[in-house]
This record gives sequence, structure tokens and C-alpha cells, in this order.
Amino acid sequence: MATYLLRRLLIAIPSLLGISVILFTILALAPGDPFSEMATNPNVPPEVREAIRASFGLNDPIFVRYLRWLSNMAHGDWGFSFASRINVDQLILQRVPTTLFVVGSSQILALCIALPVGIYAATRPYSVFDQIANTLAFVGFSLPTFFTGLLFILLFSVTLDWFPFVYRSDVAATGWRWYWEMFRQAIMPIMVLGLFQAASYTRYVRSAVLDVIRLDYVTTARAKGLSERKVTLRHITRNALIPVVTLVALQMPAVFGGAIVTEQIFRIPGIGSLLIDAILANDTPVIMAVTFVFSCLVVMFNLIADLLYGWLDPRISFG
Amino acid sequence: MKEQEIRGLVADVKDGALSRRSFMQKMMAVGISAPLASQILVWNDVAMAQPADDYKPTKAGGAGALKILLWQAPTLLNPHFASGTKDQIASRIFYEPLAGWDEDGNLIPQLAAEIPSKENGGLAADGKSVTWKLKKDVKWHDGKPLTADDAVFTWEYAADPATAAYTTGSYKDIKVEKVDDHTIKVIFKEPTPFWADAFVGVAGMIIPKHHFGEYKGAKSREAPANLKPVGTGPYKFADFKPGDILTGTRNENYHVKNKPAFDTVEAKGGGDAVSAARAVLQTGEYDYAWNLQVEDEVLKRMEAGGRGRVLTAPAGDIEFIILNTTDPWTEVDGERSSVKTKHPTLTDPAVRQAINLLIDRESIQKFIYGRGGTATASFTNEPKRFKSEKLKYEFNVDKANKILDDAGWKKGSDGIREKDGKKLKYVYQTSINAPRQKTQAIIKQACQRAGIDLELKSVTASVFFSSDVANPDTYTKLYCDIEMYTTTQTQPDTGLFLNQCVSWEICNKENKWLGRNVSRYSDPEADKAYNAAKTELDPAKRAALLIKVNEIFCEANILLPILSRPRVVAAANNLKPQTSGWDCDTWNLASWYRT
Amino acid sequence: MAGSTLASPSANPAGGAAAAAVSVSPARETWRRFRRHKLAMASTVVLGLLVLGVIVGPWLWPVAINDIDFSAQLQGPSWAHPFGTDDLGQDILARMMYGGRISLAVGLAAMIVATTVGVIIGALAGMSRKYADPVLMWVTDLFLSLPQLPLLLLVIYLFREQLKAVFGVEGGVFVLIVVVIGGLRWMPVARLVRAQFLSLREKEFVEAARAHGATKARQMFNHILPNALGPVIVAATIEVSSAIIAESTLSFLGLGFPPDIPTWGRLLFDAKDQLDTAPHWALFPGAAIFLTVLSINFIGDGLRDALDPRRVI
Repeated sequence: MATYLLRRLLIAIPSLLGISVILFTILALAPGDPFSEMATNPNVPPEVREAIRASFGLNDPIFVRYLRWLSNMAHGDWGFSFASRINVDQLILQRVPTTLFVVGSSQILALCIALPVGIYAATRPYSVFDQIANTLAFVGFSLPTFFTGLLFILLFSVTLDWFPFVYRSDVAATGWRWYWEMFRQAIMPIMVLGLFQAASYTRYVRSAVLDVIRLDYVTTARAKGLSERKVTLRHITRNALIPVVTLVALQMPAVFGGAIVTEQIFRIPGIGSLLIDAILANDTPVIMAVTFVFSCLVVMFNLIADLLYGWLDPRISFG
Repeated sequence: MKEQEIRGLVADVKDGALSRRSFMQKMMAVGISAPLASQILVWNDVAMAQPADDYKPTKAGGAGALKILLWQAPTLLNPHFASGTKDQIASRIFYEPLAGWDEDGNLIPQLAAEIPSKENGGLAADGKSVTWKLKKDVKWHDGKPLTADDAVFTWEYAADPATAAYTTGSYKDIKVEKVDDHTIKVIFKEPTPFWADAFVGVAGMIIPKHHFGEYKGAKSREAPANLKPVGTGPYKFADFKPGDILTGTRNENYHVKNKPAFDTVEAKGGGDAVSAARAVLQTGEYDYAWNLQVEDEVLKRMEAGGRGRVLTAPAGDIEFIILNTTDPWTEVDGERSSVKTKHPTLTDPAVRQAINLLIDRESIQKFIYGRGGTATASFTNEPKRFKSEKLKYEFNVDKANKILDDAGWKKGSDGIREKDGKKLKYVYQTSINAPRQKTQAIIKQACQRAGIDLELKSVTASVFFSSDVANPDTYTKLYCDIEMYTTTQTQPDTGLFLNQCVSWEICNKENKWLGRNVSRYSDPEADKAYNAAKTELDPAKRAALLIKVNEIFCEANILLPILSRPRVVAAANNLKPQTSGWDCDTWNLASWYRT
Repeated sequence: MAGSTLASPSANPAGGAAAAAVSVSPARETWRRFRRHKLAMASTVVLGLLVLGVIVGPWLWPVAINDIDFSAQLQGPSWAHPFGTDDLGQDILARMMYGGRISLAVGLAAMIVATTVGVIIGALAGMSRKYADPVLMWVTDLFLSLPQLPLLLLVIYLFREQLKAVFGVEGGVFVLIVVVIGGLRWMPVARLVRAQFLSLREKEFVEAARAHGATKARQMFNHILPNALGPVIVAATIEVSSAIIAESTLSFLGLGFPPDIPTWGRLLFDAKDQLDTAPHWALFPGAAIFLTVLSINFIGDGLRDALDPRRVI
């Protein structure tokens, strides 16, 4: 196991390097340039535009820029944002706590809904409960988050006036009030994201449990006289978890990467909104840093998922 | 309006026979922008009006928190790096220029003791220098006094190409001399009719020498004050998270008595314009939201919520269409839409005239933009009740059909007009923005009725407005037959703005499509008038010359103006903000108060 | 119904035994079993009606989709406009039928592309015990980490003109969109399939097949894949709705169809700012997407049950 882990970690280094080359090339080739506002501004003469481009090294060939980026990265220098003119790591660190809190809570909420509902629905397929759960799930993923978010705002902020819909990273309150205010402002985005995610998770859990529930060993377990509860939890769920683990591992990097649409709607200062702003302003150093961290997490969670498969189903081996 | 008439009116104002306000209105009726009209008066020794300051509070502070919502988040706080309005608004909270522009286009002194004029000796008779007197007893937020050295340094800083300041255009061709501790002299190379550029408005904010002195030129990006501003403004810096939120607290030592009214100020960014309007008008979470490019219907419904109202301020921005007279589909010497080519059909003036008749400007205004745009036929104009006497617009499908019939364009079997095998089929391109797509739909339908087929194309704004040489979809490439966008008048003067109509600014491969003349059309008469206006010190003559440039392009149906667009903002019902279309939204934040 | 009859999977590879016993072809047997699934049958009818509606509909309801009528802005459903009108007074029913062709085609085609690519890559990775697995998983990781927006802009910029030349305006955009959506969404399917394969390939029935001398391909497609279909079907149905919605996002980026083509996702997007006064504008396209997803999902359930030999229907 340890050698396997070591081997995977060693493979991860060249594969991340390969990913970074491709990311960098795509960003360098993608249309748009960071000084677009300058282009429409008659006040800025063309020679100044050129000088600014040159001072940011945008006129060098791609591979020179890549090597410069790589060597800076190796020294712990994440680069310099064109738009904010400050260091990228500073920008990202400011956004991390909010993102982890909002997107992380929504993932937990999604799992808390999806696991029990999915399992219960699968043990009674085509019952009334199952039908209702299914229908709600379909509604859930037929409606995009920009739509449900707006629906929530219209209902809870405009009509009922319960929650604010502008998220503030620094709530001006202390003690219990602080927690209350945080709860009030975070509840809507967490619900929107969580319910959307829960809808698809529920479908996967139900389907995975249905696949397992009819296998012989479950019958054996029942025949041994184990209680239904024990059968469901110990025997069925554990084996049905493989697709769920896959999905959760796929979603985990997003907890860092944020949720672009929802963050825009509720003005959450998370990584997602940093990324979209950077993309719209063609602020390549920021895009590169965020996507590279994201790809590191993708690789890492893929590895974790593989390890978990082995634990869930000991027959799986990676010889 | 002829130059003599303007002169006559100026005389009337001098005698008191005509009020200042009606003079401005008359000027605007003939297409002279408010600041220009205001300058005409200054040049003729009619003092700038000192608009009655209706500031009510009798003491500074005490009004609580002011919450501003910017749907594009500010990313930096150095006014000379401000790449867009959002950053200008944010840095103006802390920094001030010598003077700012108010809603009517009057120059209002901020750090200057008075506005230079011929009377007070500020303006040289030859138009080659301006002397500014600085206000005394102004302190930076750290307690150090503001002196002429700071102003001179600001010029050195911004003019240095290595600093890479966005405001450099206002400073690189001037010289600034210190006369005494509170007086500076701005020297121009040639007679400059529009002198109120350096040290004025968005490009003019003065920065402290003792904080930026070491960071001039290539080291500019390292200055700590880039993110922690020390200015002279009404609010002091508290905290800033780039792309998210900016907070400030009241400057107790502000140099104007009883101002500012609020104890803290907060500018939150992100989201979109519709929900920003919602947060002010419907839920009242915020006091003020800016640049609401939202369909008016939606705004009106939100206003019904009763928590806030929508305000507009006149501005020089214009939404317009370019008809391309070069051929966008043939490549010559590595570029399409080259001036060496001719468009197969749009070179026919009849076709251009017909298309101008097919723009239903009134419906576009009524059903889409509402208060956010006024139908106009003039490229440079002021959105007031009166329109230019000469330039008129009309929506008339029958007339368009008749013109095309007379010019020999016959409808084919598919309903599309053609002549000599050339069909009236065009690609109509714009950026992605809901009101623009609706405008496209309206114009497409009218064109259909006249036998012209339009293929609609929309390009995402971050690509469309970029200066990326490699991308064919940028607006300066003009790789389409018809293009629509808004061009902004960053300066309250049409001189610089109208360089979009001169032959030496035509975008081409050689200048990497960085030229200002996107239409590629040129007329020696327009060039001549523009050049004459550049050094013409007599404001009345100058105005007449600039109006001529505008008319040449509009009458040739190259530029088809659609709407003149004011600034649209939302404010809470109990907030009294000071807006201006000629400066940034926070230009006079010190005078905002709650009723 | 579930678990009512149990046959040992190890002794009874999918289809084969049933076919031998009743001596009908597996396809016919599957169809027979599928027909028994009431919800699946009903869903087939609903989906068929939707498809028929968007194909034949425009002839039965010949209202121009871009007829602007400012006197009829934002009207609710009426006889003149059964689904109401939008803010330019255009008929929503006509627009939905026209846009539905594109939305349905894009949704189904993108789903097929994403699922096929995902299943093939996942299956190959899951069966491999050598280099194919790390290499394919590297490709999957790479695609998962790609920043989609810049990539999309790059793709339009590189390929739009060429595709337009080959397939025409709408055809070119269609190919582009299907490839883009399919090409950027196959990764979850691949990961799911691989995970199932890792577990299933060690099971007794595969071993039995191997002992019988089944080739690797036969093991993959005849033995393991039918047992790994559960999550694939769920993923495929979710894919349809996300493709329909993604198409609207793309057209908002200028990558999609021209702005005057009213696809369902686009209608929903345009309607969002008028949600409080004109809910009908969002309701109908929303319901159409919902019905499509619902019916495809039940069809998927029916197919799975029909393909599953352990179920007696």
C-alpha cells in the first residue's frame, strides 16, 4: 500500500507539469488581452499601451513565459495580478475561507440530504416516497442555479424580507449576532448550491443502492436474521458507496474552486468570482494560479478516491 | 447654429439678458455639450456659475454608514492605474483632483482655491498656460500638508512612461512648474483650448509625494500606498479586499466645513446590474448602485417597491451603428476591411440612407432603454429636450423601400434585394448585452420588411472590446458589415472624442488596429475642420468646427447614432447623492447626505 | 418487486440464458421487458410527443418567431398566444417549438457524445492493469482542470469560421456545441465507469467468463458493462438537462447560436429578470426541460430494468 501510494505521488509530479504546460498554452492562446479597457480609452496613446504590454512581458514567446512562470512558481512566487497589481497568492488567500465555508457547507448539506433520501427511496422503489423524491430531484437538476437563486431572492429577500442577498465577507457584528448574521446571509447560497447538488447525488445513491440491493449476499445477510437496519447500513450502503465516493471526489476540488454562478448571484467573494473576474479581465496570472491549484486538487482527490475504493471493496487492487 | 449667434447669446448672458441656464439649454439644443458650453462662457469672461450648494447637514458625521454597490468590483486604488470607472470611483473616495465636473458641466474647485479664468489671471491670453492656485490648509490623511510639490510630483509620476499610468495621456505633453508653495503653472506646447484636463476630474487626482516619491517609474507597482491610499478626500482608508469590498471612515480633518456627513463608507463589488438595482430599489440593503444598464421596464417595477429611485445624469456616451464602406470579406495585405477595398453594396449612399431609415429609434428608446437612452440623430450631443436642427432621424420603411427601388435594388425570389448579382445581406455584430440583442432583433425585423437580410452576431464583451491583435472579433477589426456599440466620452469635451472621425486614426494592420477611427471612413473636410479646432482658441468657432465634423459623418450615414445614453444610477429615497456624467460617481462624495 | 427473485449473477451472464430458454433474440426480449415498465412506456410517449411537437408544431402553429409586437408585451397565456408573449411581444409557443428542435437535438446529441466517450475511456481504464489506466486518468484529470471559459473562447476563435464553411451557420454551431459540451462533460462518466469496473472485474462471474476463454473485449462489453450501467444511465439523464442549460450559457458567451434563436435554455435565461411579473415566460421552457429530463430518465430506468436479468417483469 505504501509503495503504491509513493508510486502514485511520484507519477503525480510529471503529470501536473504536463497539465500546467497545457493550461498555460491554452491561456496564452485564448483570445482577449488584459488591457482591454485601455484600448477603448482615447486617453491612453498606443505607445503607452505597447510599453505596458512589454513591461508585463506579454510580448515574449509562450515558452519563455511558461519557463518564467515555472521558475517563479518553484520559488514560491505565484505571480502578479495585472488587474489589481498585487501578488496573486494574497488575492487567493483572501478568498479561500469564504469559499470553503459556503461551498463546503453546501456539499455537506447535499450529502446529508442525498444519502438518507437515496437509500430510503431505493429500499422502497416506486413507492410514494420514491416517486416524490424522484420528481423533486428532476426539478432540482432541470432548473439551473441562476434560476433557483433568483427564485430564492424574490421569495425570501424581496417578498418576505427575511434574508439579505448581498454576501459580506466581514459582517459588522460580534458574538452571537455575528453567527446569526453569517447564518442569515449564507443560508440562501448554501441552499441553492446544496439542493442542486443533492438532486443529482440522490439519483446516483438510489441507483447505486438499487444495483446492490438485489445481490445474493444481501439476501444471505437477511437470511442470517440480521435486522433490516443493519443490512441496509452495513451491507448495502458500504458497497453502494463506490459511485458516491467517485462523485464526491469529483466535487471536492470545486469546494476550493467555488461556484461561479451562485457566487455572482449572491456576490460571494469566493474563488469562483475571483476566477470569473480574472477571466473577463484576461488577468492571466490569476487564472493560471487558480486553475493550477484546482488541477492539483483534482489529481489529489482522484488518488484519494482510488485509495477509498480499496477500503470499500477489498477485492479492488492496483497491482 | 452659426458662430455669430453663439457670440450674440454669450453677450446676452454677460448683460444678464439671458440666464446661464437657458444659455446652456440653447447650446445643448444645437449639439454643444454642457462642459463645452460652460467653457464658452469662461472664455468670454463670464464667471463659472457657483451652483448653489444645497448641502443641508450642519455638522460633519453622524449620518451613519453609506453603502455603495458597484456591480463591477474595484481591483485597485491608485487613481493613475485605474483601468476602468470602477477603480476611478473607488480611488476618488480617498483622493481629490484640483477640480471636478458637476452635472451641468461646470468646473467645481476641489483642491484648487479657485477655477482659473482670464479675470483672475489663471488663463494665459495665448492659451499656452494655466496657473492653478491650491487651497491652503489642506492636510493629507497622515497629517502632512498638501503643497504644490505634490501636484508637480503627480505630473512627473503620471508622465513617466515607465510608471505605465493609464492617465499618462493627460500629462505627457505638458510641463508643470511650481510657482510657490501653493501655486503651479501648467505649460502647453501649443495653444490649448481645452485646458481643464490635467489635474481635473478622473485623470487629475493628486497623489502625495511623500508616499509615492520612491515609487515613480518602473517601481510603481511596489508602492504600499497602491493598496492603502493616503489622500486628502472626505474619507480615510480602512480596509480593502480587491475585487470584493472597500471600506473607509470619516476624515475628521476634511478641508470643507461640516463635510462629510457619513461616518463610514463602504463600496461592495460583484454581481450583475439587475440585482444591484434590486438591492437598492427593492430590498434597501444598499444606498446607491451605479451604471445600471438594465431595461427600464425592470427598473420601473423595482422602483414601485418604494425604497429607492432611479436618477439619471446627462453624459456624452452614444450608442451607434457603423456602416462599413470597406470590404470585410476580402483580405488585402493581411487584413480585412482595409481602406484599399470597397464594400460591394454599402458604398451605395442610397443603401446607407435606407438603413438609417430602418432604425426604429423611438421604439428602441421606449421599449428597451427608457430613461437609459434618448433617441438621437447626432453623434455628439447632449440628451435634452431639443435636438439639432440639422440632423434628424426618421423611421420609415416605405421611404426606405422607395429609395432602394429608385436606386435599382430589386427584390429577388427570396425577398432579398439585389443588383448586378450582389445581395443586400449583411452580418450585424455587437457585444453581448441584453438590450443590444433586443435592438438587433428590432432592426433586423425592419430590415426584413425592406428586403435587407441581417445575420445577427454577438461577441462576448471581454473579447469584443479587447485590443487583441490576433482576434478577428474585436470591434476595431470591424470584420463585419454593420457594427453597433457605445463609445464613451471620457472627457467632457468633444475634441478628443471626435478623433474617431479623422483619417490618421483609421484602424489598420500597421497600427495593430489601435486607431480610434473604427469606421475607416474619412473626409478631407472633416480632417480640416478637426485640425482647425485643435488650436482654435475661440470657443464659438471651435464648437462650430467640431459640430461640422459630427455632421459630415452623420449625413454620409456612416455613423448612425441611435441613443444618447445618460448615466443611470439608483439611490435610496433618503439619500441625496451628487451625480455627474462628466466625472465619476463619487466626484463629490463629501456633499452626499441623508435627508 | 425488487429482490423478489434472485438468480446467481455468476452463473447467469446477462441475456444469454434467457435467450436460450425462450429462444427469442436478446433485443426482442429486452423490448418485451421494457414494454412492461409502465412509467418507461409513458415516458417514451411523452418524449415522442415533445419531439413530434417541435418538428410538426411549427406547421400547425404558423406564427413567426420574431414578430415583434410592442402592443402585446409580456402577456399571459391567451387564445392568441397560448403560452403568452415575451417583452418584445413575440409569441412564446412559436419560439419554444422552434428553439425546442435545437435544445432537444443538442441535449440528446451531447448526452450521447459525453456518455460514449466517458464509457469507452472509463472501461478501458478500468480493465487495464498496465499503463492505459494512469494515462487515461491523466487525460481525465487534465480535462477536469481545464478552465472552461478561456478554452471555449479559444475553441470558437479557432474553429468557428472553418465549421461555418463546412456545415453552414446553424450546422456549424450545432457541431461545435455538441463537441464542446460533450467534450467537456465526459469525465464524471469515465470516472464512474472506471470505479465500477475496478470493483466488477474482480467478481466471480467475470472470472468465470475469463475461465471460459472470453476475450478481454467480450468480458468488457458482455459481462461487466451491463452491470455497470446504473450510474451511467443516471449520469446520461443528468447530462441531457445540463447540456440544454449549458447551451444557453454558451450562447450567452457568443459561442452558441445567434442571439435571435430562442432555445429553451436561452428563453429561461431571458425570462429571469421578468420572473416576478411574467412567470409564464419562464414556466413553459422550464417545464419543457423538466419533462424532457423526466421522460428520458424513466426510459433509462426502464432500459436498465429490462437489461437486468435478475429482474422479473
